[in-house]
Amino acid sequence: MNAPGLPDAEGVLSTLVERMSVEVDADALLVGIYSGGAWLAERLGAALPGEHPVGFIDVSFYRDDYATKGLRAKVASTALPFDIAGRRLVLVDDVLYTGRSVRAAINELFDYGRPASIELAVLIDRGGRELPIEATWVGARVAVARDLSIVLDRGVDGRLALSVEPAGGARA
Amino acid sequence: MKLEIVNGRVIDPKHGVDRVTPLYVAAGKVAALGTPPPDWRASRVIDAKGLIVCPGLVDASARLREPGFEHKATLESEMQAAVAGGVTSLACPPDTDPPLDEPGLVEMLKHRARSLHRAHVYPVGALTVGLKGMAITEMGELSEAGCIAFSQADAEIADTQVLLRALQYAATFGYAVWLRPQDPYLSRGGVAHDGEVATRLGLQAIPSCAETIALDTLFELARSTGARLHLARISTHDGVQRIREAKRSGLALSCDVAIHHLHLCDTDIGWFNASCHVIPPLRGHRDREALRAGVADGTIDLVCSDHAPVDDDAKQLPFAESEAGATGLELLLPLTLKWAREARVGLPQALACVTSRPAQVLGIDAGHLAVDAPADVCVFDPEAWWTVDRRSLHSQGKNTPFLGVELAGKVRFTVVAGQLVHES
Amino acid sequence: MHSPQLNAAGELTHLLTLEGLPADVIVRILDTAIPFVSIAERDVKKVPLLRGKAVFNLFFENSTRTRTTFEIAAKRLSADVINLNIGVSSTSKGETLLDTIDNLVAMNADMFVVRHAQSGAPHLIAQHLSAARRDHIHVVNAGDGRHQHPTQGLLDLFTIRHYKKDFRGLTVAMVGDVLHSRVARSLIHGLTTLGTPEVRVIAPKTLLPTSIASLGVHVHYDMAEGLRGADVVVMLRLQNERMGGAMLPSAGEFFKHYGLTAEKLALAKPDAIVMHPGPMNRGVEIESTVADGVHSVILPQVTFGIAVRMAVMSMLAGA
Repeated sequence: MNAPGLPDAEGVLSTLVERMSVEVDADALLVGIYSGGAWLAERLGAALPGEHPVGFIDVSFYRDDYATKGLRAKVASTALPFDIAGRRLVLVDDVLYTGRSVRAAINELFDYGRPASIELAVLIDRGGRELPIEATWVGARVAVARDLSIVLDRGVDGRLALSVEPAGGARA
Repeated sequence: MKLEIVNGRVIDPKHGVDRVTPLYVAAGKVAALGTPPPDWRASRVIDAKGLIVCPGLVDASARLREPGFEHKATLESEMQAAVAGGVTSLACPPDTDPPLDEPGLVEMLKHRARSLHRAHVYPVGALTVGLKGMAITEMGELSEAGCIAFSQADAEIADTQVLLRALQYAATFGYAVWLRPQDPYLSRGGVAHDGEVATRLGLQAIPSCAETIALDTLFELARSTGARLHLARISTHDGVQRIREAKRSGLALSCDVAIHHLHLCDTDIGWFNASCHVIPPLRGHRDREALRAGVADGTIDLVCSDHAPVDDDAKQLPFAESEAGATGLELLLPLTLKWAREARVGLPQALACVTSRPAQVLGIDAGHLAVDAPADVCVFDPEAWWTVDRRSLHSQGKNTPFLGVELAGKVRFTVVAGQLVHES
Repeated sequence: MHSPQLNAAGELTHLLTLEGLPADVIVRILDTAIPFVSIAERDVKKVPLLRGKAVFNLFFENSTRTRTTFEIAAKRLSADVINLNIGVSSTSKGETLLDTIDNLVAMNADMFVVRHAQSGAPHLIAQHLSAARRDHIHVVNAGDGRHQHPTQGLLDLFTIRHYKKDFRGLTVAMVGDVLHSRVARSLIHGLTTLGTPEVRVIAPKTLLPTSIASLGVHVHYDMAEGLRGADVVVMLRLQNERMGGAMLPSAGEFFKHYGLTAEKLALAKPDAIVMHPGPMNRGVEIESTVADGVHSVILPQVTFGIAVRMAVMSMLAGA
């Protein structure tokens, strides 16, 4: 359901691209967190100037809520078509909330190798951090009630759209 | 003690009695039916309104586990279980430890049982020494000590020559021989019926032919020796068929079925439920239906409990390692009633299977209520439902596939030799 | 009868048998195994899912291979692994199976991987744990008697799906000692649940259970007939104990009628795959040229086996 006040995803993405274009390292590798972050990483890879190879990461095996929630229904395969050792990475996610997904992603990345640095780009920052994690680039800041989740969807035409749902899924 | 049982429906299958009428017991015998004897004053009057008054049940196979297996059960507990189940006479198989192959052991057992003043115990002696299937026992001595028949219990006689000699010897003196038709080689290592369930569960199987091949052998040997043969624990469709044909051809033999085989089949094993581990194994639906039909048409002469108390530890093992056997003294009556209801068999015919007919096979004066018969009486409520559980069972063996099941048929009073030995 | 492997929420809480396991649960296990395959290709092959959990490998029947793969799988999930080879010595000491379990529960076990010579042993353990209200302890059947070897069945299904994609058009032939094979029983249930239209067993009568057709398979005594047009050929292990007894006259005679040679394999589809649960008896079930040839996926089975076991253990521990 669309709540009033949610920005248009495509618009926010354009803003994000603008902000990143100036500052992002020319050799940066983009790593998108499934599934929203993965779509974004693809779009960023195409839209940002220069060559930025794109990889995808599934954090299911590194989440901190496994003990209570178990494994999610769909676990995708992490696919990093490059060696990350000594490289500058940009982690990409759709919604930054508690910071736990990003923590899991960082832990997982370090099991692949030792990057030179990791920066974070997110489409939406909704506040509510439970860990000391901040994004390097934010597309837009949005506040919603604690009992709601902000969800990014991709239409068949590839268009991205934001909506809210009652919270319940393991979204962090 | 002078006992008067009034208002009950007296069913005595042997003498065709089935009516509401008073029963009078004195000096350990049935004194009269209908009209009291002269100068009658009862010391105790039992109002059996709504209850059935029938001969005490005669169970053709109940293991008491003494001597030797006292950790599984004792005479005290099992005799109490017997009368709680309305069983006033029982035959116990020879596979005690040591086996009943010596007169001294038989006498001791009878003495122990008598001193408890519960059901009458009729020992079945071992056919071969140590039940080893090699040397025959002193059947004369054992008979004198009180054995009513001779059997191998579940042990085998693989050597057909020994089997022949044993039957010849028994036939010489007219002793009855009770044998389980089970070919030892075909059943070796098997724990479940050779069917779909054993295939799915990966259990070693016993094919039906283990029974039919053994039956064929026993028929031939009975024909040639003239032995009085009783076939114990029939379990297969084809087995019932063969017995029907053998009887029709004039062969004098009798047979029985264990009560749980009339109700259960191999699918009841479910996920390896060890309380369904019995020998012979629970077989298929078709076999069960044939057994039920066999009891109804008289091919199968009697129904017994095949009572075998097993301690919990011996059942809490993987199926094939668990000890075979199910407790049953207290379930014989309600399970017989259940079969009768489902098979639409009248009470007198059903009760005959557990009273007059087993008494005939055992060769004892029991299972009937004629005047001067021993006063062994069972008074039960056919409409009283009770749940089979660890508390309601008197036997030390709580191992029954019917645990948790509700059954109809509760014994209210049991009289043995004119004494009230159980009331509930 | 209620399956003891699913909890009230329909989640897999034990893996005891593939019989009666819903198709969607099987598919979910196979899907979950995919990312674990790629984990095995990184340098750091561990993920932290079972960190702090104690997994006890209880092997009452010897098997270095299976035990090793479970150990690797558990360690890659960061679990603490304790191996207990109970074998004959413990039973001769008189400790019952359930007593052993109770002792290990007292040592804070989270998961038991059990291999036992008796069919039904893992079920007994699961029931015992349930009766003792220890629902957080999970049981994985690593092979019980001739009943089931569900993780082997699952890795076989994973392998078939990897190479053939869709079960619904396949012909799968299993050759060898079906009577004693827990691997065969597991695979048959898995294949039929996932909609495989043609499942065949090929063996002499002495090595087939009488009611095998009731499991939904077609029986062949002639290997050439049975292999015709097959997409997948699964060779079952022949245990040497069976030789020379009344079941089979000799290894040589078995190989002649039921051994997989290149010639017989040519009767199957040209792109057929050849599988074997291992360890192989070369020259008895299978000829070396086939075992090492292009159709053989026997080595990938081993890799997939670790991933599938990781998937099973992580799904159970998360329930």
